[in-house]
Amino acid sequence: MLDVTTLEGADSVGKVQQMCAKAMRPLPEDPSVGPAGAVCVYPRMVKVAAKAVKGSGVNVASVATAFPSGQMRLKERLAEVRYAVGQGANEIDMVISRGQFLQGEYRAIYDEIASCKDACGEAHLKVILETGELTTYDNVRYASDIAMAAGADFIKTSTGKVPIAATLPVTLVMLQAIEDFYGETGRMVGMKPAGGISNAKLAIQYLIMVKEVLGEKWLNNKWFRFGASSLTNDLLMQIRKQETGRYQSGDYFTKD
Amino acid sequence: MNPHDFTSGDYAPAPESSDHISLKKSYDLFIGGKWVKAASKFDTINPATGKVIAEVSSAGKKEVNQAVKAARKAYDGEWSSISGAERGKYLFRIARLLQERAREFAVIESMDGGKPIRESRDIDVPLAAAHFFYHAGWADKLEYAFPGKKPKPLGVVGQVIPWNFPLLMAAWKIAPALACGNTVVLKPAETTPLTALKLAELLEDAELPAGVVNIITGDGETGQALVEHSDIDKVAFTGSTAVGKSIRRTVAGTDKRYTLELGGKAANIIFEDAPINEAVEGIINGIFFNQGHVCCAGSRLFVQESIADKVIRKLKKRIGTLKVGDPLDKNTDIGAINSAEQLARIKALVNAGEKEGACIWQPEGRLPRKGNWFKPTLFTDCAQSHRIVQEEIFGPVLAIQTFRTPQEAIEKANNTPYGLSGGVWTDKGSKIFKMTTSLNAGVVWANTYNKFDPTSPFGGYKESGIGREGGLHGLSAYLNL
Amino acid sequence: MTIKKTYKLFIGGKFPRTESGRVIEVRGKDGALLANMSQASRKDFREAVVAARKASAGWAKATAYLRGQIIYRIAEILDGRGEQFVSELVSHGLRENKARKDLAQAIDLLVYYAGWSDKYQAVFSSVNPVASSHFNFSAPQPNGVVGIIAPGRGSLSELVSTLAPVIVGGNCAVVLSPQDATTAISFSEVLATSDVPAGVVNILTGERDELGLEFAKHMDVNALMLCSSDSDETRALELEAAENLKRVSVHPNKSLKEDPYLITDFQEVKTTWHPVGV
Repeated sequence: MLDVTTLEGADSVGKVQQMCAKAMRPLPEDPSVGPAGAVCVYPRMVKVAAKAVKGSGVNVASVATAFPSGQMRLKERLAEVRYAVGQGANEIDMVISRGQFLQGEYRAIYDEIASCKDACGEAHLKVILETGELTTYDNVRYASDIAMAAGADFIKTSTGKVPIAATLPVTLVMLQAIEDFYGETGRMVGMKPAGGISNAKLAIQYLIMVKEVLGEKWLNNKWFRFGASSLTNDLLMQIRKQETGRYQSGDYFTKD
Repeated sequence: MNPHDFTSGDYAPAPESSDHISLKKSYDLFIGGKWVKAASKFDTINPATGKVIAEVSSAGKKEVNQAVKAARKAYDGEWSSISGAERGKYLFRIARLLQERAREFAVIESMDGGKPIRESRDIDVPLAAAHFFYHAGWADKLEYAFPGKKPKPLGVVGQVIPWNFPLLMAAWKIAPALACGNTVVLKPAETTPLTALKLAELLEDAELPAGVVNIITGDGETGQALVEHSDIDKVAFTGSTAVGKSIRRTVAGTDKRYTLELGGKAANIIFEDAPINEAVEGIINGIFFNQGHVCCAGSRLFVQESIADKVIRKLKKRIGTLKVGDPLDKNTDIGAINSAEQLARIKALVNAGEKEGACIWQPEGRLPRKGNWFKPTLFTDCAQSHRIVQEEIFGPVLAIQTFRTPQEAIEKANNTPYGLSGGVWTDKGSKIFKMTTSLNAGVVWANTYNKFDPTSPFGGYKESGIGREGGLHGLSAYLNL
Repeated sequence: MTIKKTYKLFIGGKFPRTESGRVIEVRGKDGALLANMSQASRKDFREAVVAARKASAGWAKATAYLRGQIIYRIAEILDGRGEQFVSELVSHGLRENKARKDLAQAIDLLVYYAGWSDKYQAVFSSVNPVASSHFNFSAPQPNGVVGIIAPGRGSLSELVSTLAPVIVGGNCAVVLSPQDATTAISFSEVLATSDVPAGVVNILTGERDELGLEFAKHMDVNALMLCSSDSDETRALELEAAENLKRVSVHPNKSLKEDPYLITDFQEVKTTWHPVGV
C-alpha cells in the first residue's frame, strides 16, 4: 500500500533505479515481504522507473500538471500528463489549482480534473488537493467532492512540498467524502494520504480510520496508498521487532 | 605460434618451480613440541587441480585438551620465567627463518590455498615475517605502550584462523600473543593447514620452548572444542560473522577475553575528481586481490554518477587483461577459488544478483577445466536493496552503485551491519578526511586499497568484529592491563 | 506546606512520565513518601535510544573543547545545587558527612573527565611507521549509543563515575538508574541546565531485572557498560548482546575509579592510510 516516492530536483537516473530496487524488494534477504504498490517520480524519470520495475507488478506513478504548484496553463499541464503516460506511467498524480479554488472558480477545477482524466487514458488519476493550502475542512470536503465528480480515481492530500501535509483529521474528511460519494453513485474512489507519515505507529492509525469509515473493501493497494519515503524502513523494523523481540537499527535496513 | 612473437600479445607461461619445497605425505598434530598422532586424518586438496597434496590430522576433544595442557604447562613453566628481551629474541629468530625460507612457504601457500604466487611471494609471506619482526621488539617494551598500566600476559590463548591468508593470519595471531608473554594453541583452517604445519617445523628449528605454540588441525568442531575449553584465557578468531557471534556467546559470562575479526562489505567510493586511472587500479586490487577472499575487500563500489560510464568502461578494459589461472604462474592475477563449497556460495549469490535485476558483466575467455574457478565479475545498476550489495560474497565479484553527493555516499556506505574497511578516491585532501572520518569502519584507505602493515592496527566496527590486530592497539588484546 | 516535586524520566532533553503509567514508591527512613518515581518500560527505553541516536552525530562532531566545557559546566551547576543533593541523599538514608563526600566526589569526577576531553585522543592515538609511502595513523572514534546499567546503590558519584567517561568521548548515553533513589532524576535537572544537548544523556529509572535485557537486546545500542557483580546477570546480558556484537564492558556494582581507559572502552580505533608523494 506504499507509493515509494522521490520528488527532488536532484533526482538522477541512479537514484531512481536504486529506489525502484527498494520498491521491488524492500527486504532483500526475505522475498516474502512483498513489493510496494508503486514508485512515484517526476515525468522525466518515468522511463527510467518503468524500465527498472518492468515485470515486477510495481506500478509507476508520475506527478504531473506543473507539480507541485500547478501554476501553468492547462494546455501545458495536459501535455505533461500525456508525456508521462507516453513514457510508461500507469498512474498520474495531478495537482489542482489551489489559487483558482480559493478564488471560487470551482467550475475550472472540475474542468481541469476532467480534462486530465481524459488525458490519462488508461492510467489511473490521483488528484492532489494540497489540503495544507486549502486550510479549512469545508474546502477540503468541497474539493474532494469536485474531484470525485470530475472523474478522480484517487484523491490525495498533499504534494509533500508545503509545510502542512497529511493529517488524520483532514484524511477523515476526505474519507467521509469518499463514503458519501460511494453511497450516492456506487463508484469506489481511492484515498492517498501523503507527506509526514514516517512511522508504522502513525500508519496504522490511518489504516484503522479507513477500516472504520470505508470498510475493509478499501484496505488494499488498489484503493488505498500511502505516499511516503521513510515509512518503508520503519514498517520493516517493526516487523523484525515483532519477529525477534529486539528493537532494530537502521544499519540493517537498506536505504535506497 | 612463434614463442618469440611479441606481436601476439599473450605471455608465455612462467610457472614458479615447486622443486625446492619439502612436504610430507602426512602430518600429525604439533603439541608440546612433539608431533602427536590423532585418531583420524583428512586430505588437503590443491584447489587449482583438485589433487590431494597431503593428509593432515583431525584433532578431537582429547587432542585439543592435550594441546591446551601443553600450552598451560609451558606458560606456567619456562615461558613465564624468561625475560621479555629473551622472548623477543625468539620472535626475531622466527622472523629471520621465515625470510630465509620465504620461497618455500610461498609456493606451498599457493598450492594449498589457490592464491597467485605473486601475492603469496610478495605479500603473504613477507608480511608474516614482518609481523614477527615487529612484535619481537615489543616483548621487552610493553610498559611503554599503556600509560599508567603494568601489563601482564593473559595465559593460554586459543586462536582460530581462516583459509584466505593462512600463514599471514597465523603470524597475526602468534606474534603478538608471544610478544606479550602468552602461550598459544592455534587451529588453522580445514582447507589450508599446510603453511601452519610448516611453521610448526620452523618453530622447532627456532628451538622455541616446547608447548609455547601448539598447532592442531581439524574442522569447525576442533575450533569449537578449543574455544569452549575451560582452561584458555582468551580466544582470538578470524572468520565469519556468524561464527564470531557464536564464539561471543560461548564466552558470555566467563572471564575469557576475546578478539573477533569478522566479515565485511566495504564501500570503495570514487569521486569525479579522483585520479581515475589510479582509482581503477585500486578498485581492481580492492576486489580481485586474493580472488576476493578478503574480509576487507572493496566489494561495494560507489561511483559518482557523473563518471560512472567512464569508470565502468575502464574497469571492463582492465579486467579483460587480468589473467585467471595457475596460481603458481608468476603472471597470474586471479588464482583458484579456495574450495568447491566457496565456489558454490559465490555462484548462488551471483545468480541472485542476476535475478534481482543487476546487470552482470564478465570478460571473454575460458576457465581451466579442473579445479575451482570463477571469472572476475562486475555488476552494474546495483542498489542497496540487492543481496549482492548486502551480503559478503567473498569472491571476485564487484557490485557497482552510483551516488550524487558526498552525503549520499556516506549514508549508503554506512548503511550496513558491517564496518571493517572502506576506500575513498579523490584528489581533494579536505574531502578525503571528511569521508574517512565519516565512514564507520576500522580501516580506511585514501587513494589506495588493501594495504597492510604490522605497525598498522586492523579491525572492525559493528558486526565486523571486536578488537584490533597489529600496531600498538593490537597489543592490548593479549595483555591484562 | 512544602511543594513536593514530581520525578519523571529524562528523555531527549524532556521530562516525560513513563508511557506505562507505573510508579515506584520511594520512601524515606521514616516511611514518609518521598516520591512516586516513574517506572520506565521498554517503550520508554526505545524512545530513549531514538533520542540518543538522533543526538549522536552532533555530539560526536562537537569539538573536544566544547565537550570539555559542557562537562565542566555540569560540575558548576551541580556545585551550585549542592545543598539540594545533600538533603536528597540524606533523605535516602545517608549520613550528612557521607552525603557531602558523595557530592564532592561526583563534582571531582566531572572536573576530572572534563579535562580529558581534548587529551585522550592524543594519548591513545598512534602514527604508524608503515613500510610503504603512506601516512598512517590510528585514532579513537566514539562507539555511538551506549547503554549504561549504573551501579545499583543510588549514590550520585556512582552515577557520574559511569556516565562521564562515556559522554566525554562523544557517545550518547541511555542510563538505567536504580529505582530506589531520586538522585539520578534530580541530576538530570542539572544536565538539562548545563548546555548538554538534548538526547546526549537519557536517564530512566526502573527495574533492572525487567529492562537490563532490553538494553542488551536493542540492535541500535552500540555498547553496554554493565555494572554488575552477578555472573548470571552478566552472562544473560552478554548472550543477548552478541546479536549485534555490542561492545560490553563489565564492572563491579559500585563506583568506578577515575580512569582514562574507561573512555577508551567506548571508542573504536580507526586507522587511516593516506599516500605520500608528488
